[in-house]
Amino acid sequence: MQQVLFEIRSNRRIARDIYELRLAGDTSAVTAPGQFVDLRIPGFYLRRPISVCDWGEGTLRLIYKVQGKGTAALRGCPVGTKLDVLTGLGNGYDLSKCGPRPLLLGGGVGVPPLYGLAKRLVGQGSKPLAVLGFNTASEAILLEDFAALGVPVTVCTADGSLGLRGLVTDGMDRAGDYSHVCACGPEPMLRAVYERCATGGQFSLEERMGCGFGACMGCSCQTRNGPKRLCREGPVLDKEELPW
Amino acid sequence: MVRDLRVTLCGVELDNPVIPASGCFGYGYEFAELYDINCLGSFSCKGTTLHPRFGNPTPRIAEYAGGMLNAVGLQNPGVEAVVTEELPKLSKVFRKPILANISGFSIEEYRAVAERLAPCPQVGWLEVNISCPNVHGGGMSFGTDPRQAAAVTAAVRAVTDKPVLVKLSPNVTDIVSIARACADAGADGLSLINTLLGMRIDLRRRRPILANGTGGMSGPGVFPLALRMVWQVSQAVDLPVVGMGGVSSAEDVLEMLLAGATAVQVGAANLVDPFACRDIVAALPEAMERYGIESLREIIGGAHG
Repeated sequence: MQQVLFEIRSNRRIARDIYELRLAGDTSAVTAPGQFVDLRIPGFYLRRPISVCDWGEGTLRLIYKVQGKGTAALRGCPVGTKLDVLTGLGNGYDLSKCGPRPLLLGGGVGVPPLYGLAKRLVGQGSKPLAVLGFNTASEAILLEDFAALGVPVTVCTADGSLGLRGLVTDGMDRAGDYSHVCACGPEPMLRAVYERCATGGQFSLEERMGCGFGACMGCSCQTRNGPKRLCREGPVLDKEELPW
Repeated sequence: MVRDLRVTLCGVELDNPVIPASGCFGYGYEFAELYDINCLGSFSCKGTTLHPRFGNPTPRIAEYAGGMLNAVGLQNPGVEAVVTEELPKLSKVFRKPILANISGFSIEEYRAVAERLAPCPQVGWLEVNISCPNVHGGGMSFGTDPRQAAAVTAAVRAVTDKPVLVKLSPNVTDIVSIARACADAGADGLSLINTLLGMRIDLRRRRPILANGTGGMSGPGVFPLALRMVWQVSQAVDLPVVGMGGVSSAEDVLEMLLAGATAVQVGAANLVDPFACRDIVAALPEAMERYGIESLREIIGGAHG
């Protein structure tokens, strides 16, 4: 973990209520896709944890959904704003467990960390495939980015306005063979994926957090290996650990 | 001029009065990765019970304009693991005496936890939490009745010669009567305040945000109330007081000392700024200079007039 002052380079709407934030600053503490950062938003007491979509040397790309007053205020932060950020939080996905053909399953704003994961999987020579689910076409994000990586994507929308009508699990049923599952999305989606998952898997969970770095125990989760702090020992848990 | 930051809490000297509060600093290692925590006066470890506890269901955290609410509910690995695993690990990163914060669901449990922790050489003080608002059938129920508060105090007092601080709840009609009951039962000092019982509602779900329904409020929004209670208790009871509640700056520390606190705990501030305590300690000499203070000892209770 590291505390870094980042500067906003762009902050733009990419879908309904969904924004992309590009930041410049020291990203050396980010070591794995699926990690998150904790942003201090001027005027709000608690930081806001947001998963890392992608990062490079000195650049950080985040995607967030405007859910409440804090994220609405973040949407209003102009280019040039300096943000106090705790970076490199959480464990992230372990690429070494993914095998030759991992299946990436994302729902809504659970999709962004899977992009960073897909990019690094492709980089190490794996051939990931993705099933991305959204409520409706106007909320779909990152489809062109996945396509640019050469990752085959099955899009599912609950209302059928784009791709397959149905849930991520419907796309999962048609995905063919896969070596491993990496999932991120709302808990009902994760549980449904867990039920169908025939291989090993890594599941990124979400919880309201206090500190984001393991001090307050606010985001603890019961696992088969005892309590874990999602901000520290998570947010990515192994399938075997989940008490479902 | 060299500013003297030292204070003495129940006969034990602290290099400075800044102490991270229980539940906001874990067992110290997360922060020790970030800075040398030996710059702190001491710290109060995560509240410890006899048996391991997961605590309350999630969500356990909410926010308000003046800070945050938590309903963690005393998650901890139990006293045996604290003594055999956490304290040995802590000894590698912190070489000063700590406050062992203990909690329980019966007087017998408080006694048993105290008995196990008190002999540990790292433990400088026992801090008896009779004020957790997030557990049912224990915690705060001992802190809202003077007779129960006295009974817990006496039970812990009986098993150790180390100083016993009792941590008081602000969720009472008259905190002074509870403070007096603890003093009469043999407490060496008082810590106050624990969090204030509050709640928030999720407008989308039309239900409380916290799965526990209610939670404890902390952060800058509670500072004036905490300061008032420190002021009242320190005038009414002849015991050292550890003041806490929303402390976020060196200036807040000075206000607490002037109100009657001998030392000061910092809670929620650590969670939003992991360097908060280090920075408060570092800022104290300059703040003292600004207000013409040579020694912190000299200003304790100075506002009482």
